[in-house]
Amino acid sequence: MTMIFGIPVQALLGQLLVGLINGSFYAMLSLGLAVIFGLLRVINFAHGAQYMLGAFTGYLLLTHLGIGYWPALVLAPLIVGLFGVVVERLALSRLYDTDPLYGLLFTFGLALVLEGIFRYYYGVSGNPYAVPPLLAGGTNLGFMFLPNYRGWVVIASAIVCFGTWALIEKTRLGSYLRAATENPRLVQAFGVNVPLLLTLTYGLGSALAGLAGILAAPVYQVSPLMGSDLIIVVFAVVVVGGMGSILGAIVTGYMLGLAEGLTKVFYPEASNLVVFVIMAIVLLVRPAGLFGRDA
Amino acid sequence: MAEETSDMAALSLREASAKPSAWLEWTIVALGILALLAAPFFVYPIFLMKMLCFALFACAFNLLLGYTGLLSFGHATFFGGAAYFTAHAVKVWGWPPEAGILLGMAGAALLGLVMGFFAIRRQGIYFAMITLALSQMFFFFCVQAPFTQGEDGIQGVPRGMLFGVLDLNVSMNMYYFVLAVVLIGVFAIWRIVNSPFGMILCSIRENENRAISLGYSVASYKLGAFVMSAALAGLAGSLKAIVFQFATLTDVTWQMSGEVILMTLLGGIGTMVGPIIGASLVVGLENTLATSGFPVTIATGLIFMVCVLVFRRGIVGEVYARLFNRVGKG
Repeated sequence: MTMIFGIPVQALLGQLLVGLINGSFYAMLSLGLAVIFGLLRVINFAHGAQYMLGAFTGYLLLTHLGIGYWPALVLAPLIVGLFGVVVERLALSRLYDTDPLYGLLFTFGLALVLEGIFRYYYGVSGNPYAVPPLLAGGTNLGFMFLPNYRGWVVIASAIVCFGTWALIEKTRLGSYLRAATENPRLVQAFGVNVPLLLTLTYGLGSALAGLAGILAAPVYQVSPLMGSDLIIVVFAVVVVGGMGSILGAIVTGYMLGLAEGLTKVFYPEASNLVVFVIMAIVLLVRPAGLFGRDA
Repeated sequence: MAEETSDMAALSLREASAKPSAWLEWTIVALGILALLAAPFFVYPIFLMKMLCFALFACAFNLLLGYTGLLSFGHATFFGGAAYFTAHAVKVWGWPPEAGILLGMAGAALLGLVMGFFAIRRQGIYFAMITLALSQMFFFFCVQAPFTQGEDGIQGVPRGMLFGVLDLNVSMNMYYFVLAVVLIGVFAIWRIVNSPFGMILCSIRENENRAISLGYSVASYKLGAFVMSAALAGLAGSLKAIVFQFATLTDVTWQMSGEVILMTLLGGIGTMVGPIIGASLVVGLENTLATSGFPVTIATGLIFMVCVLVFRRGIVGEVYARLFNRVGKG
């Protein structure tokens, strides 16, 4: 058996794959946070709850309506996105004039409520969500065995990240969005409906979380608590990356996922801590974050 | 007038703190202390002690949020961490309660120094996220470290004899000890806030750049406030460990950090009595809900949302604002 630093290659690659999967979710979630923060200046604490909501939407569609994975992959983000639109219209839009911390506190409350509701009805134990038949089984890559679904998650998340980046950096809508980030009043004066843009952005961010949730459903169990612990890691990712750039959020997400996977191989006890340790180091060396623009 | 209303719309964390009128505050304080002295004859003392511990916790938190303008999302680390230190010292090393509490406080101050050192490098929401992440790190540490005994927590902590003479197993002794410590703690916070040091903290809250340009070393003042707040939150946690005779993971979770924010927000950010009232209400509510079967998280989440949307000054802040408006118009 081939060894690297005294570790079998299979074990190393296996953990790197787990890291890549986790990194895919970190990337998608921190991307959504960055998109929302960029325009709304709101840190969406409910992002983890919306991720959970996405997974549960898929699970409920399957168990109650018999709607399978592929339609759910479209429906779950739509439903969570619509939910986001409603939240923005009813509540967040009233908080734009206040200190950004109130947005954080409001979405924190929202996360508690969502989590509480699902915990009340479904308990804390996870519900399994079967891998769709098309992606069941695995592929032997010669050097390791890759479960097909995990490969799909990596590809899908890369597509989603690239698509969002392209939407914001390369399209007309994206240019409005970036302009509104720089100077909302001026953009409004040019006849762009900025409040609508804000609503759509929050909806898009929420939908991204919902999509991550339905993608995660077959990998992790569908549980009311799946989002709350993840969101704190994603916050650390965001601090490391700095929220200045979309690309930064994506790259940092993957990097930290891989770092976590590597730590699992070499020093498993610290795998929960490594993201936070990296965050602390980055704060010492480069307080604005790796890709941050603000001081 | 028009300017005033537009200012109201732009109500921020800073502006949310209302100026109290002195006589009203003193009357409330005097009545409050009298009520607390008499309370254990009417209400279950354990409940009152829980309330008092959380009141001190919320006041310590408010020192940072209300008077320095820093929102920490990691105060559970100091509260729960101190509880662990005290419980371990008293149970395993056989220390007397007063020494255990001092150790807990010192440990919390040290944790505060470390967390503060990293967190003050960023401002606003980043500060909140960093404290949250670091406190989650401490949570994972507590899950794995052997001395915390993992999921079980440290149980059966002896209350012991205070200064070797006063038996804390007697519920009334315990109550009056807790009351004394909490009053001293709150008094200390009041002194800090009204000292020249506290004035500088307020100036940082109001306008950080101006404080810097006036020559104040803002970073050290922030760190100082952070450590004091952490130590006092630790004092509350240590007391709780002695009262309830256990220390568990619950006290170091991010939900606990959220709870103390809620208490302060509900009572009134930047007011002296607000956090005490907020803590009493939240603890009371949780006690009520515990028997009703309605999930506590939904209730706290809803209160959070309502407070943020329509009630940002909190109960006490709202009362002050009403009184002031009337005086101002008269």
